[in-house]
Amino acid sequence: MTARLHLDEGTTSVSAALAVHNITHRYGPGGPAVVNGVTFEVARGELVSLVGPSGCGKTTLMKTISGLMQPTSGTVTAFGRPISGVPRELAIVFQDYSRSLFPWLRVRANVSFGLSGLGLERSERRTRVAESLAAVGLTGHEHKYPWELSGGMQQRVAIARALAYRPRILLMDEPFASVDAQTRAELEDLTLAVHREFGMTILFVTHDIDESVYLSHRVVVLKRSPGEVHAERVVDLPETRDQITTKADPRFVAQRAEVAGLIRDAALGSTRFSLHPTE
Amino acid sequence: MSLLRLTGRAARALVVKLGLVVALLALWQVLTVEAQNIFFPTPADIAVRMRELWFSGPAAHLFVTGGFTTDVVPSVARALAGWALGGLVGIAVGLVAGRWARAQGYVDPPVNFIRSLPKPAIVPLFLIVLGANDRMRIALIAFGCIWPVLLNTLQATRAVEPTLRDTGTAFGISLPRQFAMISLPAAAPRIAAGLRVSLGLALILMVLSEWSLTQHGLGNFLLTSQRSYQVLDMWAAVAMLGLLGYLLNLAFLALEKRLLAWHVGFTGTPLP
Repeated sequence: MTARLHLDEGTTSVSAALAVHNITHRYGPGGPAVVNGVTFEVARGELVSLVGPSGCGKTTLMKTISGLMQPTSGTVTAFGRPISGVPRELAIVFQDYSRSLFPWLRVRANVSFGLSGLGLERSERRTRVAESLAAVGLTGHEHKYPWELSGGMQQRVAIARALAYRPRILLMDEPFASVDAQTRAELEDLTLAVHREFGMTILFVTHDIDESVYLSHRVVVLKRSPGEVHAERVVDLPETRDQITTKADPRFVAQRAEVAGLIRDAALGSTRFSLHPTE
Repeated sequence: MSLLRLTGRAARALVVKLGLVVALLALWQVLTVEAQNIFFPTPADIAVRMRELWFSGPAAHLFVTGGFTTDVVPSVARALAGWALGGLVGIAVGLVAGRWARAQGYVDPPVNFIRSLPKPAIVPLFLIVLGANDRMRIALIAFGCIWPVLLNTLQATRAVEPTLRDTGTAFGISLPRQFAMISLPAAAPRIAAGLRVSLGLALILMVLSEWSLTQHGLGNFLLTSQRSYQVLDMWAAVAMLGLLGYLLNLAFLALEKRLLAWHVGFTGTPLP
């Protein structure tokens, strides 16, 4: 993970993996803006968390960033190219695995589903599916239906499906919101492992402050009504994270508190913080 | 242990079910023997007549008679052809029209209107336009079968979890393929329910369509028997139609259970 080295103020839209520029979204013409002028970038190989209080337009923002929805105004570029529709380089892990996995397909077919539009050879498909399932620790469960698995395992299937697609950008939309704490910790470490192994850029949406700090290189805090970028913080922690030692690290505790404070301010809708006040 | 108890319970349920059927048949037999009414032959006589008419053929013909080939085969073929055609149209239109929420206002009123129309009312029109031939009969059956399938497909397609579609879009699955890969399987349980209703309709319309100008089929056989006061033949035809309906439904249910087993596991509820 050398992403941190590329992270500097000179990062431009061209070199960024994902550049979100002045995105505004209204439902219906003249309606109130749900997302208002959101701008941020994610560098190649970087893992950025998008965190904010509920009702800050995270889902809308996620849909426009992924290309599933056209924003009312503003642009999203992936590797310098403006996107219209979901770009080939991007894969999504949705929040609710029980709604995004196909209940009529077994695990293997669910993972291989994403490959059906790519025109790959059958052997290549099989290899990718096997590799992805191995990466999320689900080898041996190929012939089960998703609903036969626990919630955490189902979300692993969804992650494997995204991995098999070999995306350069992975969008994770509150992926662990509906699993228990223990499973959540395991899946967080899986996310870090996958990021290390596959080296893709990850944008991780969450409402969990610990999770955002623990996982990321950088945290983007949103405020609500309308959804706007409230602040950004670079996470100053060693690359290798550990559920116990990292979370006991004074730097983690301090930064967790800082992000929590930012979110509280954002929820209250108090004065805007300038970006990067620490620099 | 629990498996044994389960099979024991299933066996007992079967005995109760069969017992009821046997008891009803016995009651019917007793009543008709007592009544000695020529319009109400005994079930035993009806069964013997059915055997004579349709199931006493040579082994080389799988024990079916020439009568089976002229009476039963064309009827079943017409019913199944019309059902399949109507089902295909209903599924295709339902999948496409159900995909767009905005189409609802345009699609629902005419669908509900035609669905409520008593199908025999359309027979004269079909006779004039298509003539008294198999094309007309199959078209009539198909026309009747479309609506339950269409309505179920429409509603099921509208209820498909949006995240499933988003998943398809996110993985670059083209719209036509999304119909086959997402909408169709997701809507399949409800579509199957519609097809099951239509299967019953297909038999009704088959009989109806064979009442006019045909030499073959159970409907024709039924009407001819009635007109020539062959009461026993008439009863045999009625029993045969009942048997056909029962067997077709049984076959359909078996297929449904096999293809849609995932739905039972996923929702924990029986098929709609």
